[in-house]
Amino acid sequence: MNKTATERFWFSVCALFAALTVAALLFLLYWIVIQGASVLSWSFLTARPEQNMTSGGIWPAIVGTFYVASLTILISVPIGIGAAIYLNEYAKQGPLVRMIRMSIRNLAGVPSIVYGLFGLAIFASFIGLGTGLLTAAITLSIMVLPWVITATEEALRSVPQSFREGGLALGATKWQTIRQLVLPSAIPGMATGSILGLARAAGETAPIILTGAAYFLPVAPSSLTDQFMALPYHLYILATQHDQTEVVRPIAFGTAFVLILLVILLNLTAIVIRNRYRTKNEQL
Amino acid sequence: MSIKAQEVQTKQPVNSNQTLNDKSRPIFDVQDLNLWYGHDQALKNITFQIPEHGVTAIIGPSGCGKSTFLKSLNRMVELVPTVKTTGKVMYHNTDIFSHEMNLVELRSAVGMVFQKPNPFPKSIFDNVAFGARMHGIKNKKKLRELVEKSLREAALWDEVKERLHESALGLSGGQQQRLCIARCLAVEPEVILMDEPTSALDPSSTLKLENLIHDLKKQYSLIIVTHNMQQAHRISDKTAFFLNGEVIEFDLTTQMFTRPADHRTDDYINGRFG
Repeated sequence: MNKTATERFWFSVCALFAALTVAALLFLLYWIVIQGASVLSWSFLTARPEQNMTSGGIWPAIVGTFYVASLTILISVPIGIGAAIYLNEYAKQGPLVRMIRMSIRNLAGVPSIVYGLFGLAIFASFIGLGTGLLTAAITLSIMVLPWVITATEEALRSVPQSFREGGLALGATKWQTIRQLVLPSAIPGMATGSILGLARAAGETAPIILTGAAYFLPVAPSSLTDQFMALPYHLYILATQHDQTEVVRPIAFGTAFVLILLVILLNLTAIVIRNRYRTKNEQL
Repeated sequence: MSIKAQEVQTKQPVNSNQTLNDKSRPIFDVQDLNLWYGHDQALKNITFQIPEHGVTAIIGPSGCGKSTFLKSLNRMVELVPTVKTTGKVMYHNTDIFSHEMNLVELRSAVGMVFQKPNPFPKSIFDNVAFGARMHGIKNKKKLRELVEKSLREAALWDEVKERLHESALGLSGGQQQRLCIARCLAVEPEVILMDEPTSALDPSSTLKLENLIHDLKKQYSLIIVTHNMQQAHRISDKTAFFLNGEVIEFDLTTQMFTRPADHRTDDYINGRFG
């Protein structure tokens, strides 16, 4: 084969693989919409499950997922950003920091069910929080912490060193320099990383089954220690644990559709935040 | 202009001859300064006195330690974690490396302008006001006056007065560098360190900056690292020649460029090496 033909061949192969990825995603979405279309309606979103979950909506699961995800953000983002600032800006780079970083990276690879077990053993039993929203959110927070920390560290590293030098040379303290010059430039990266971590937390099933998600509740949780329904767990129940799985299959697909929509919305938010800050930084 | 000019005049009347006077008290008294990056010694037994007011140029080939020396005067060199120093640098009777020296105060009094202009991604106004705000000035009128005063002193006011609230990143390289000088002046320093301030600029911007340096030296003590010997000759009152981490020669600029005492200085300024 001559050079041009080789070029064309490999180009086609790569293009084909790229197309396959997109096709898989589109087919998945298509399938879910087709299968769940019959149940999708406004009342599906706003009503609670009826008649042993064979009819009605998924409102308590939507609220439950929203609550647990929001709590997870409230817990994990401040801790993650603080840890990343310490590691990247304050800590003396050396064996200790390297060890901390390695631990964080390993934490990201721990299977989510292990986090669930950990949360159950430590927060629910040992500390005595019981199973409920708070325990599940803390458990999910620990799970997404590596994402938040890594994304924040990346964002901090991308801030030019000359900003730090400029700030310090003007007699600003280290914290003033970080707060006024480094963090504003790092916000887009931090926000995107945090939201992507959150999207993952919202879709997780294993950790919350062990730490607070309920099989069925007719109402939304009203306190931090209440158990809650969640979209991924509801989906799991409808698909495998229900006594009439064939009958509730459309509801399962409808739930899947809502869950995917939620995750896509979160990702879009991340993109919008990133772009808004990017244009703002370009203007200023 | 009026408020500003009066302040400038009343602050410290300086006789320009005095800047050349060897007997004026030193702003920095460097005593046996040694500095290591890890195991590499970058400065060796540096001992000399930098005069108050006027321009002191620091010249020497790449890697001779001139930038390191400059950055040790406001202790910015310590951003490199492996740095170790011995010896003293006396500034107003306090060793800058001693515990009595407050780092924030030192860096407010000893400003720095970097090789590459480094405006913050903020408006022109916010760039200049940054230091003052960090030091607790919140009064808006005061900040406005300070910004105008500093921009005038840095010879940038007329070029930017219509667009103070636009991004500083939209300025040209030369304007950015003068903005960095204004930002530094707004903290009301006594000394301004400049690390090859014109090396990233075109010739006409360089000329403007050199004129600015000439104006600033009446009121501030300027210490300027430069690669460019003609520049050192043009702008400085005294010159220190660094080589391999040592001060080979320190003298009046006119003296050094006409009758250097050391043959290595002679070789360097006549372009036989470096």
